[in-house]
Amino acid sequence: MKSKGLFDVISPIMIGPSSSHTAGAIRLGLMAQNIYNAPVKEVEFTLYNSFAQTGKGHGTDKGLLAGVMGYHVDDIRTKNIFSITDIKYKYYFKEDLSRHPNSVDINLNNEMTISGNSIGAGEIRITSINGFSVNLAGQYHTILLMYKDKPGMISKVSKFIQDRNINIASLHCDRNEKGGTASMYFALDVNPQDEIIDDIKNLNDVYFVTKIRKLD
Amino acid sequence: MKIMTFEELIRECSSKNKKIYELIQEYEAQESDTSIEKIRAEVKHHIEAMQSSIKTGMTSSEKAISNWCGDDCEKLQVGYSKRNALFGKLFEKIITYSLATIEENLRMGKIVACPTAGSCGIVPSVLIAVSEDYNISEDEQINALITAGGIGAIISNKVQLAGAVAGCQAECGVAAAMCAGALTQMLGGDISQILNAVALAMKNLLGLTCDPVCGLVEVPCIKRNPILAIHAVTSSELALAGIESKIPLDEVIDAVRQTGQLMSPMLKESSQAGLATTKTALELKEKIFG
Repeated sequence: MKSKGLFDVISPIMIGPSSSHTAGAIRLGLMAQNIYNAPVKEVEFTLYNSFAQTGKGHGTDKGLLAGVMGYHVDDIRTKNIFSITDIKYKYYFKEDLSRHPNSVDINLNNEMTISGNSIGAGEIRITSINGFSVNLAGQYHTILLMYKDKPGMISKVSKFIQDRNINIASLHCDRNEKGGTASMYFALDVNPQDEIIDDIKNLNDVYFVTKIRKLD
Repeated sequence: MKIMTFEELIRECSSKNKKIYELIQEYEAQESDTSIEKIRAEVKHHIEAMQSSIKTGMTSSEKAISNWCGDDCEKLQVGYSKRNALFGKLFEKIITYSLATIEENLRMGKIVACPTAGSCGIVPSVLIAVSEDYNISEDEQINALITAGGIGAIISNKVQLAGAVAGCQAECGVAAAMCAGALTQMLGGDISQILNAVALAMKNLLGLTCDPVCGLVEVPCIKRNPILAIHAVTSSELALAGIESKIPLDEVIDAVRQTGQLMSPMLKESSQAGLATTKTALELKEKIFG
């Protein structure tokens, strides 16, 4: 574990009242927007456990929506987000003790569902994208792709990255079944060029690829 | 923070003949691959954000989402317009600034988590009130806040700064400890006095529970901020006179950690016991959440 620095203790500059229930919620929304990376017209949030029980009193609902709209943790407009937004939004509240106390599913335009947890002090983890398990903290620029499970994909994709002289901090893979759909994501030390994404897009059997900006 | 314990901090400071803030800013610059000037500019930006929370908080009486908190700072200022604070203007300023900040937090205003949002009114209130009344330069304010941050970072090597993990001793408790250290630095204390102030503040808050009513950062968090700001001042005053904590700071932090582990989860930000399950708290919960 990385030890804490000065600005882990004094910061973030954020809107209140809670780092986990407000700042964390905004960051989850921001990450969802970074992953989806397209205009959002409609969003549905399903809040679980503590997020569901005390979220409203902490502005968790507003924070999630503000994040999806690209607002940062210190944006005071968040308080009035419901009168600002053009997005159609809906909230559901559930209890599921198999889930983290502060967790949420974010469904964007009925096209993508992103799940994540707010794990304290404003830190977050994205845990799944359309059912594929991931573990994204927003600390790295990331390339994420979904593709048909077959041999050789890792080396093909990593070559594109290597060719641009970018260092890979970590690599994770997952698949639903052999020969089925697989997911892969690379955490990178720098923001990758768009050309890498184009290269990956042009590979056979890639269903989806996106570049996820790290959170500020 | 590369420095894991306070003993190590003392050793490093003395062998390099540096003050706490000098060492911390140097390490911070190294670790984040930037310059000391940039670190200090960022800290200055945080101080300005703290000043702005105080300013905004003092002129607002807007209620929190729960609708039953948010006007205490206004009441306090009205109160002080009719009578003087027993311990003078500075005391008045500190508790006013502290309430202003924490109330800004609960109404979704902008604050600096220090170390957490629920404890955001402790360090800024003392730092800024004392700076104003004693003409502390901007540079010295930055030194003080870096000292506070370094202290918090070293504590967090052993204790996660979250009520859910170690109770409020890890949030408002650590904030008071950081505040005592920052104040002692501002008033010219040496490293031993600074760390004794931290130890005195911390060890008198051992076992502080996190039992927020309705799970909100409101009761008892709001009033705990001004009360612990003064607690930090007391700790600093004692330390500046050369009074020492008989238990060294690292051992006090070990005790915080152990106490946190021994505390029931019901008293650690789950609102399952303590103030959160009193008759009145349960009635309020019914009213707010139905």
